Amino acid sequence: MSDRAIGNNPAILILGIGNLLWADEGFGVRAVEAMQRDWHLPPNVQLLDGGTQGIYLVDRVRTADVLVVFDAVDYGLPPGTMKRVEGDEVPRFLGAKKMSLHQTGFQEVLALAAMLGEYPEYLLLIGVQPVELDDFGGSLRPQVKARIAPAIAMALEYLAQFGVVALPRSDSSAENHDLPHPSLDLDAYEAGRPAPEIACRIGDERVLASLPGRTSQPRDPHGEYQ
Amino acid sequence: MSVVTANGFELDTAGRRLVVDPVTRIEGHLRCEVNLDENNVIRNAVSTGTMWRGLEVILRGRDPRDAWAFTERICGVCTGTHALTSVRAVEDALGIAIPENANSIRNIMQLTLQAHDHLVHFYHLHALDWVDVVSALGADPKATSALAQSISDWPKSSPGYFRDVQNRLKRFVESGQLGPFMNGYWGSPAYKLPPEANLMAVTHYLEALDFQKEIVKIHTVYGGKNPHPNWLVGGMPCAINVDGTGAVGAINMERLNLVSSIIDQTIEFIDKVYIPDLIAIASFYKDWTYGGGLSSQAVMSYGDIPDHANDLSSENLLLPRGAIINGNLNEIHEIDLRNPEEIQEFVDHSWFSYKDETRGLHPWDGVTDPNFVLGPNAVGTRTRIEALDEQAKYSWIKAPRWRGHAMEVGPLARYVIGYAQGNPEFKEPVDKLLTDLGLPLEAIFSTLGRTAARGLEASWAAHKMRYFQDKLVANIKAGDTATANVDNWDPKTWPKEARGVGTTEAPRGALGHWIVIKDGKIDNYQAVVPTTWNGSPRDPAGNIGAFEASLLNTPLAKADEPLEILRTLHSFDPCLACATHIMGPDGEELTRVKVR
Repeated sequence: MSDRAIGNNPAILILGIGNLLWADEGFGVRAVEAMQRDWHLPPNVQLLDGGTQGIYLVDRVRTADVLVVFDAVDYGLPPGTMKRVEGDEVPRFLGAKKMSLHQTGFQEVLALAAMLGEYPEYLLLIGVQPVELDDFGGSLRPQVKARIAPAIAMALEYLAQFGVVALPRSDSSAENHDLPHPSLDLDAYEAGRPAPEIACRIGDERVLASLPGRTSQPRDPHGEYQ
Repeated sequence: MSVVTANGFELDTAGRRLVVDPVTRIEGHLRCEVNLDENNVIRNAVSTGTMWRGLEVILRGRDPRDAWAFTERICGVCTGTHALTSVRAVEDALGIAIPENANSIRNIMQLTLQAHDHLVHFYHLHALDWVDVVSALGADPKATSALAQSISDWPKSSPGYFRDVQNRLKRFVESGQLGPFMNGYWGSPAYKLPPEANLMAVTHYLEALDFQKEIVKIHTVYGGKNPHPNWLVGGMPCAINVDGTGAVGAINMERLNLVSSIIDQTIEFIDKVYIPDLIAIASFYKDWTYGGGLSSQAVMSYGDIPDHANDLSSENLLLPRGAIINGNLNEIHEIDLRNPEEIQEFVDHSWFSYKDETRGLHPWDGVTDPNFVLGPNAVGTRTRIEALDEQAKYSWIKAPRWRGHAMEVGPLARYVIGYAQGNPEFKEPVDKLLTDLGLPLEAIFSTLGRTAARGLEASWAAHKMRYFQDKLVANIKAGDTATANVDNWDPKTWPKEARGVGTTEAPRGALGHWIVIKDGKIDNYQAVVPTTWNGSPRDPAGNIGAFEASLLNTPLAKADEPLEILRTLHSFDPCLACATHIMGPDGEELTRVKVR
């Protein structure tokens, strides 16, 4: 039973943010997808593939008592590192240094929810430092993919204090309308990717040069794009 | 040194250069450089998309029936409209006809997106270019109430209501969480509204935010979920069973009634809040007549919202189709999406290579071969550009042209064409708006005209939602519950090779997907998105694009606070996520204005 003061049946939203077409940017969405596939959760827990919807997510965020966000974050950590941020630290961190790759978008979503007076009472951000972003049409890199299970475990541990009991799912009956369409399923997405010879994957070198961990591209001495 | 472009605009690059990067408020992907004369008037404008993405990169070799799900992920805002365009392209290629109910449902979803997107654009992306939030904090709630009641009978208009909102806003600002109001040019002399009008608009900013929770339910009913609703080649993936009950399963009367009541609320909110606010705000900016650009000369719309299924003739499309060129509103040209001589993309000023860059390529023959080179007059380095050289390649956006003409697309283009056709659904609201404001017809060709057309179109869309909802219910009651045609679902029934084109009029303008299918798989896929039209760079003939043209001759109140540039570019509702995308390492570094 919950030892928190928000009642026995809080509205819990688990939100995956990011664009699954951009390599490790897809971490958040893939994490909620995996969570739905592997775990039975009580009906007061909703899973949502938020994509890059920004302002359109305000409505879902403001109706949540407890919000858990999975996202790729730029925290200046070694690629593949998992980062846990809780409660008031989330907007403060976001303001001080760009943390979420959807900072403008999601920080605004939180601010707008606060302005409407309906900020989630409990907020947990589970982020992973990406290895590779600039790979349009690409999938998660192995180091990031390996963080999905620990990230879900972290979320479940956090949710236990609100009385959430998750049971491993053995069947394949998982159905949730708020997750990506099956044609975007991770395996199909990876298997169907066009070869680089027929579909160029190169991006803008000004951006490539400024990404952390990129050494194969010429690096500007100033280190930043402006 | 002054030159006149092929499409008749005078450019002078002598003055100092101002760089704004990025321009969009939510997602920054657009950079703009202008030259200012000694009076801070814009005499040259350069717009550039700062990163390239191509759909063919993700779609080649995949199943055409899945393309919609991928295209829905390109953009964070206009998901459904890409999906609809994609299924239409595949249906066109394979000769698939859809049921009448699917046509009505698709129209309702597209119109819902139109109304919702316009509403969010006006209040949450564009209003703050005209409305000073800080001034709202000092408004008299009584005066605000009097103003609100004088323009609308919307019930939330008491002095106490505005006082409550103002107090909430004060607490919010005092807590240091400026949030969405960060980076504003508050207090700029370019803001003209009195404090009470500012408070009214900011209050409605919050109401619009609250209202969107209702409108998205329509996508949940018909698309199964929101965000990212489901679509289907051959129709819509929702089954209809009017006798069913409960919240799970097929669409029943309960859900149809829910949609119906949300449509009523949408009409009411737009007609009683959005439109009166638009007129009230515009009345203080009547002398701000800038930003017309191409709108009085060259506009284009593919047309959309087919009344009956499977008929794309102009007569059957409720949003007008056609092209106007050389400022001749008396002649509306028909558009042929398949003619290789009509829609072409040029790259001589874009960071791509063609074998012959003096010529354009039709999207079915489209080539996306990146080539990032800076011109000899660019300042800075390849990774740290201080100033672009617009005589050379300078953008990741290609330059689409219709028969060689740079075109403006979007709500204003649609309204200009509808007006020129004499269609009363478009002409009458424009005439009424101009009469209410005491302005001549020429006033519509401006930044404010673009913003006004978007508002009028939101109202048009909301009323058309009602039309198609009634049509859908009547058809169902008459016994037709078909929503999908799956006769050609099996790739074995497809020809060995097929080409198709699908279009929509997306909220921000003409959107087209061109597909080539070979042996059951996607062989080529090219999207020409609205912001590619409006944000295009120069072409081999020297025509400038719609963004560039719209900025010319605009005076800036303060050169280091280019509010006027944002105003005009925001009036197009640019969505560079489709055309391009940038992933900078630090948002703060990316948001800057630089005067050189």
